[in-house]
Amino acid sequence: MELIKIDKKAWAGGLEKLSASYALYGPVKEQHFCNFRALEKGEAPDLSGLNSRLSPKGVVFPQSQVMFTYTVDENQAEHHILQEAGEKASDRAVIGIRPCDAAAFLMVKQNFDTPEFKDPYWLKAYEATVKVGLACNDPCQSCFCTSTGCGPFSETGLDVLLADTGDFFLARALTDRGEHFLKTAGWNQAAEADPLESMKKKAEEKIVSAVSTEHLKDKKTTDLFDAPFWEEVAFACINCGTCTYVCPTCWCFDIQDEVQGKSGVRMRNWDSCMYPLFTLHGSGHNPRDKKPQRVRQRFMHKLKYFVDRYDGGIQCVGCGRCVRLCPVNIDIRTVCELMNNFELSQC
Amino acid sequence: MLNPYLPFPVAIDEIITETEDKNLKSFKFVFLNPEDEEKFSYRAGQFAELSVTGKGEIPIGIASSPTEKGYVMFTVNKVGLVSSCLHSMKAGDIMGIRGPLGNWYPWDVLEGKNVVIIGGGFAFTTLRSSIVYMLDPANRKKFNDIHVIYGARTPGMLLYREELTAWEKRDDIHMHITVDGTDDPDWKYNVGFVPTITEQKAPPGSADTYAIVCGPPIMIKFTQPVLDNLNYSHDHIIMSLEMRMKCGIGICGRCNIGKEYVCKDGPVFTLAQLNEMPREY
Amino acid sequence: MLEYIQKIRELAKAALKDNGVEGVIGFRKGTVPLMNEPYLIKKPEDIDRLVWDSHCGINLTNYLTGRKGRLGIIAKGCDSRNIVTHIIENKISRDQLYIIGVPCKGMVDRHQISALFRDEIQDAKENNGRIIVKGSGREESFAKADVLQENCAICMHRNPVIYDVLAGDTVEEQKDVERYEDVRRIEAMTPEERNRFFDELLSGCIRCYACRNACPLCYCPTCFVDESRPQWVGKGQDLVDVKTFHFLRAYHCAGRCTDCGACERSCPVGIKMRILTKKLEKDCLEMFQWEAGLDIEQRPPLDTYKPEDPEDFIK
Repeated sequence: MELIKIDKKAWAGGLEKLSASYALYGPVKEQHFCNFRALEKGEAPDLSGLNSRLSPKGVVFPQSQVMFTYTVDENQAEHHILQEAGEKASDRAVIGIRPCDAAAFLMVKQNFDTPEFKDPYWLKAYEATVKVGLACNDPCQSCFCTSTGCGPFSETGLDVLLADTGDFFLARALTDRGEHFLKTAGWNQAAEADPLESMKKKAEEKIVSAVSTEHLKDKKTTDLFDAPFWEEVAFACINCGTCTYVCPTCWCFDIQDEVQGKSGVRMRNWDSCMYPLFTLHGSGHNPRDKKPQRVRQRFMHKLKYFVDRYDGGIQCVGCGRCVRLCPVNIDIRTVCELMNNFELSQC
Repeated sequence: MLNPYLPFPVAIDEIITETEDKNLKSFKFVFLNPEDEEKFSYRAGQFAELSVTGKGEIPIGIASSPTEKGYVMFTVNKVGLVSSCLHSMKAGDIMGIRGPLGNWYPWDVLEGKNVVIIGGGFAFTTLRSSIVYMLDPANRKKFNDIHVIYGARTPGMLLYREELTAWEKRDDIHMHITVDGTDDPDWKYNVGFVPTITEQKAPPGSADTYAIVCGPPIMIKFTQPVLDNLNYSHDHIIMSLEMRMKCGIGICGRCNIGKEYVCKDGPVFTLAQLNEMPREY
Repeated sequence: MLEYIQKIRELAKAALKDNGVEGVIGFRKGTVPLMNEPYLIKKPEDIDRLVWDSHCGINLTNYLTGRKGRLGIIAKGCDSRNIVTHIIENKISRDQLYIIGVPCKGMVDRHQISALFRDEIQDAKENNGRIIVKGSGREESFAKADVLQENCAICMHRNPVIYDVLAGDTVEEQKDVERYEDVRRIEAMTPEERNRFFDELLSGCIRCYACRNACPLCYCPTCFVDESRPQWVGKGQDLVDVKTFHFLRAYHCAGRCTDCGACERSCPVGIKMRILTKKLEKDCLEMFQWEAGLDIEQRPPLDTYKPEDPEDFIK
């Protein structure tokens, strides 16, 4: 599809037109950093600067979501029977999502959309969301997207790719939905030239961080599992859950019932394999009651189990959030190298 | 889109206290919508999520056999929030069940074979489902010799005692019921731990003999060497695992062992499969 | 402060060789600027991996809970006060520890530096009381005093209160520091204003529990938020539940908190929850003349009863 030029003066007007047909989401600066949320009327997404602190996975997969409602009042007809909750997901658009976060959505979709079971909450929200991405001209030092099959100008998972040339935006629709989005905004001026290839090369050259993943698939799962380096890797970890919550490819959740008075909800909340309660059996037995076991689970899942189960590379898009935000600086890049290079004879 | 988190509404039809300490009760559920029973058609070895409205859900093995129509039965141990609430409920109360979930014992592989069932404690529920299924007149001819070794701490802790006694009288199944210890002078059956009785009574392993093992970790730990000595190959030993679960459909990410989800790729695994998986259960 | 590192390495190496410790808990260089990683060093030949600079704000006492055997630990003023609390609360015994005390003039707040610099920080160096930060083709230098962690700026216990050896000369304690200005501001609010303040403070909380896990005082085998029988607190985003978690956690730290700042430091969304513990710290000081972790012989006020304890709340 053809390349469109969006004059920055035409940006706000286009957004206004869009807001009539889509609920708009985008990165907004709150105090010192950006987070994705619904845009207020007339509010523009903040496309300057670095990637958001929390990933945009919350747009499709909110941290806390009501699944069912019910009444426990025995005088009511349908008491104790669950009623499906959730408003119909209206058309929405997320503007300014980075290519790494967009690729993460497709990775996560494999979990929520399987041949045997489909998660209606995640899928309905995902299918109602148009993803308008912003290519990264200046990747961070902690970004290693190119090692994970992604890249600063990657189009995977996006409906539109925007690129900021400084004076104006360039936009390429990648799907019919993306084309409809651009038309609705009234952005239809054809670009005179197509510098995207050279912009992409420049951006990719700026990526300094990389991980090697080529041997992960061939390693024996039980060898990596029993490797001696987990104790050292896990020492600093405080099992806080930050890494899992900021990660765009982490999806674990907990289901809880909460009742107030006579009415209640069954909700789901983000959960983390970092917490001891995650695998606690009713009998009291806990297969992962020690910290190194839980730390090992996180890295094994991301860098080995996912690789084996889905055959599409590691469960990481190289966004660097866990690296930047871990309060004790545990670095997935270091662990990836340890796992990729692990030889049994090293004991 | 079908919502896999939505349970079928059921009502409690009957509650039976199974054990002398009253911590295990069997619940028979009937579907409020009759057409749901058809949708719930299951195989022996599967489990379901029992949903207690306002409290939560618990994954429990299905104790009834698919050959038993009109109800579904589960035997639940009182250990936590949901199970305690369930234990205090009465016939007529409404709740939900979601399923059937998980894989089942490999019935097609077991056809024409000898089946040795080894169970301990309250892990016997899906094994009851299996025994009733195999003993059903429509199915009995499909299997050769059936041996059952089942033990509990004391006679009062055995599940399904009346049925055990009835099966013991049959000639198309070899029952080896045992207790760890008892001072009951009327106890007619074996006394000894399950691994010990297995050593004494189980048939030797062969290409035509499969063992289904289900029990607490300690029992499994000591039964394993016995089966090795009897020459059971690891792909002829079938096990059913337990794990903390929430969604039961392989989506919430909680119950994995390696790349397998116990709720979706299991809970039935052969020992050969488990040997390739991380020892994290 | 950088000059301490040689002495720290010397003392840690000696501890590993001669003092029967299985390891020394310290820091090794981080993989991102302005960060260090807590590290358990076990072999004397690895000693050069230990670092010490103005990015060692994490409270290492957090790693002592429940450990067996003999351990060395590098402790600043606040860390050492938490060690005292740990010993009083039987989480570790004194003879298990070989404490290398480090007098501290404060640690810097990397999120504050990040916000001031605005662009991505690609490199950071420390020199002569200044932090020099580079990124996006430019460089900026900050006076350390301007970018200290908030708790360090008002710290009155910079020297370790318990130690086996000191890695440097003691530093002068700050005197007459106004510690509770922000607490007083909130105390002066009306209940409605206060409720709004707390709502705003805690509305961004994602219930990751980094604050709880970074805190050395939070060592309950099952935290109250994880209890299910009964379930005290909901796990969702309801502000009542979020506030309950933070308020109750602050109460559980009352009389024990040393204001080490580990909680605020670890929060991924920048919540300044120290305001809650500081209020309780102020109350302990005013009602019981108590500061946590200063004396290994004294039990905290919420542990003990004295006839002269204030009773004016009994109406």
